[in-house]
This record gives sequence, C-alpha cells and structure tokens, in this order.
Amino acid sequence: MNPFSAAATWLGDAGSWQGPNGIPLRITEHLEISLASLVLAAIVALPAGLYIGHSRRGVGLAVGVANVGRAVPSIALMGILLPITQAVDPINGFFVYPTLLAMAILAVPPILVNAYAGVAEVDADVVEAARAMGLREGQILRAVEVPLALPVIIDGLRSAAVQVVATATLGAILGFGGLGRYIVDGIAQQDDGMLYGGVALVAILAVGSEALLVLVQRFVARRRGVEEPREPVGAPPEASAAPAS
Amino acid sequence: MLDWGWMADHLPVLADKTGQHLELTVIALVIGFLISFVVGVIAYRWPGAYPPAAIFAGVIFTIPSLAMFSALVPITGLSILTAEIPLVLYTLVILLRNIVAGLRSVPRDVVEAADGMGFGRSRRLVRVELPLAIPLIVAGLRVASVSTIGLVVISGTLGVSFGGLGFFIFEGIQRGFPTEIYFGAVPTIVLALAADRFFVLVESLATPWSRSRARGGAT
Repeated sequence: MNPFSAAATWLGDAGSWQGPNGIPLRITEHLEISLASLVLAAIVALPAGLYIGHSRRGVGLAVGVANVGRAVPSIALMGILLPITQAVDPINGFFVYPTLLAMAILAVPPILVNAYAGVAEVDADVVEAARAMGLREGQILRAVEVPLALPVIIDGLRSAAVQVVATATLGAILGFGGLGRYIVDGIAQQDDGMLYGGVALVAILAVGSEALLVLVQRFVARRRGVEEPREPVGAPPEASAAPAS
Repeated sequence: MLDWGWMADHLPVLADKTGQHLELTVIALVIGFLISFVVGVIAYRWPGAYPPAAIFAGVIFTIPSLAMFSALVPITGLSILTAEIPLVLYTLVILLRNIVAGLRSVPRDVVEAADGMGFGRSRRLVRVELPLAIPLIVAGLRVASVSTIGLVVISGTLGVSFGGLGFFIFEGIQRGFPTEIYFGAVPTIVLALAADRFFVLVESLATPWSRSRARGGAT
C-alpha cells in the first residue's frame, strides 16, 4: 500500500481517534509540551534579552548563548538531561522532563537574540528624546523600546515555536507521547498507516502553527499601525537574514 | 556516577563512530552544497525559478526526520542512501535559501559598476557577486553543518550501522546506562560546536576584506 492511501485509511479509521492513543489526545500532549517549554524559555529569555538590549550590557553573553544554543543537537541535549532528570524523578524524568527541558533550552536562543536585537535596533534618537522628556529607564523600555521592537520580538517567539513543535516529535524516542509516538510506534510495529498518518499530522501541525503565528504577527503589526498612525513608520528591520532553524 | 573504565575500553569504538559521524555529515554537506549552489545560481539569474524550489524545500522541512529515514527503507533498503538522501534534502532547505539571499544581498550599485567595467555575466558572478555573498553562504553552511550533525544521530534509528555517535545515545537509553549516553551525546555536541567554529574560520579566511572592520555578530 502506498504511503498516502495507508495514511488516509488510518486517519479515516474511527479507532485512531479514540482512547489513550487517540489522535486528539496526542495532539493535545504535543501542543501542551510545546507551549510549556515555550513559556519556560520566554520567562528566562525575554527579560534577559530586553535588559541586554536596553543596557547594552552582556551583549557578548547573548551572542555566546545564541551560538552555542544553535549548535547543540536537540537529541544530544535530551540524552544529556535524561540521567539527571531520571535521578530526580524516575517516571516523569524519563518520559517528560528531558524533552520538556531540552525544548525549553533550545527555544532560549531565538527569543533572547530577537528581544536583544529588537530593542538594540530602536533608533537612539527616539530613546534620547524619551529620556529628555523625563522618562525613567524602566518607562523607556516599557513605553518606547518594547513597542517599537515588538515585531522583531514576536518573530523570535515564532521561530522558537516552530522549532519547539518540530522537536517535540523527537521526544517519542524517549517515550514521550505527542505525535512522534505514532512515528516511533509505526516503525516498531511496521504499521505503515500509523507511521504515515503520524507524518501527515506532524507536518500539518508544523505548518499550521507557523501559519497561526504569522497571523498573530500581522495582527500585531496592523494594530500598531492603527493605534499609532502618526508614528514615523519604521518597524525595525528583521533581526538577521540568516535562517533561524 | 560515570563508568570511566567502560569509557576507556570503548575509545576505539568511539573513534570508529566519530569517523562514521563525520563521513555521513561531510558527504551530505558536499552533495547538498553542490545541488544548492547550482539551483541557487539558476534561481538568482532567473528569479521565476526560485519560488518552486523554495516551496519544495519548505515542504521537505515539515517532514519529521524520524519519519523520513524510515520512509526510505522500503525503497533503498538499509544502504547508505537511506541515511544520505534525507540528510542531503534537509541541507537544501538551509543552503539554497542562504545562497540566494547572499547573491541578492549584493548591492545594485556594485553589480552595475561591474557591468560598467565590462565584466561579462559569468565573470561578474565569479569575481563580484559570489565573493560578496560569502558571509551569508557560510552562515548557511554553519547552520547546515550543525543541523546535519544532529540529524546523523537520528539516522541511528535505522539500525546500529548508522547514526555515528548516536549509536551510543540510543544504546545507552535502551540499557539505562548514563555513561554510554554521555559517551555519545557529549562528543556530538563537541563535533557540532567544532563544525560551527570551523566555518567561522572559513569565512574569515575567505573574506579578508571584512576582517579589518569585523564586528562580533550573532550570525
């Protein structure tokens, strides 16, 4: 049977949609761990990136974290984390935490770099003007720099999210659920329908989440345009021309 | 904690697996670069050719690596092709985009100046446009090499004759033996960092004119 009809048959089977191994549950697991790791990463990376961008202190650190973070293969990181998390919690330390933490760690660089670059690229004259108007540093960051840097900041969150959704699939190697489960189990049980159905679902989820985030980005950009029509239009340029993934 | 004796005993295997890891990575990068280079130059000269190539590459990128390796088994068996075809395909996404972006980043004025100096199209490409595109092309190679080194690990799901250092990671997980996991994971990370540094060095050697005004950058 060819991959497409195998996947169609499996996806069309009501049994695939029910129970603890059902598609809705696996999608939920996949999205839950993705969202959790993204939130964890953002809690660390956003404040750090904004601070570095505003104060220009620790730029070398940000660049270093970005370069090292980009170079670490996710599966190797999961392997490194596994014995540590398992020592803490034998069950979840095997099934959940290595994947969750590896995803969170790998989501830090794109969020950090874009938060930093977005704020650092804000026109120095605008910041000076705000300072001359008597705004305190915290107010400058909140009222001037962050709004101007928002498209770049959101772009960082978007690349992190896309990467995280893809990495969650690999979690199945370590026994995590999510959609990668179908691929790992499909291979192990030689069930082509499950394997190719799983591939289709992962692809749909990846494309879907990227499309959704692009929409969010457009929405934010448009809202800014409507609320601040007289603002000298100059959304900071994209952080870099190099691909994020 | 870690079983150092086991590690010492397995150093020859480590050398063997590292060699395999490098071999799989280098083959994928060389073939992927050649294909991307030809397609990228064509797409630069005839912009209409770029969108189909970019869409093809984008679709490839949404296919999980885990699945792509095993999907090929019925077609190519358990040969080196089964590992290399996905590895090459994944490099295309990154390299093609950066080669085209690099060529397009060459300022219009520079291209016109080259025309004014009587450069033909091919000479302009080789002498002017490609050298100026080097930073973005090498940035692509950095990302592609690191991502390929990670993907070689995933090819270990095909069986013990693939995966390079990934072999230790998977066997270590299966046996619940942390020492073996680290024996694979740490060298994999070192390899990826080394590849990244290697291409930074390549860039600075290939663009001597930028060194004098070099500033630290994230990319």
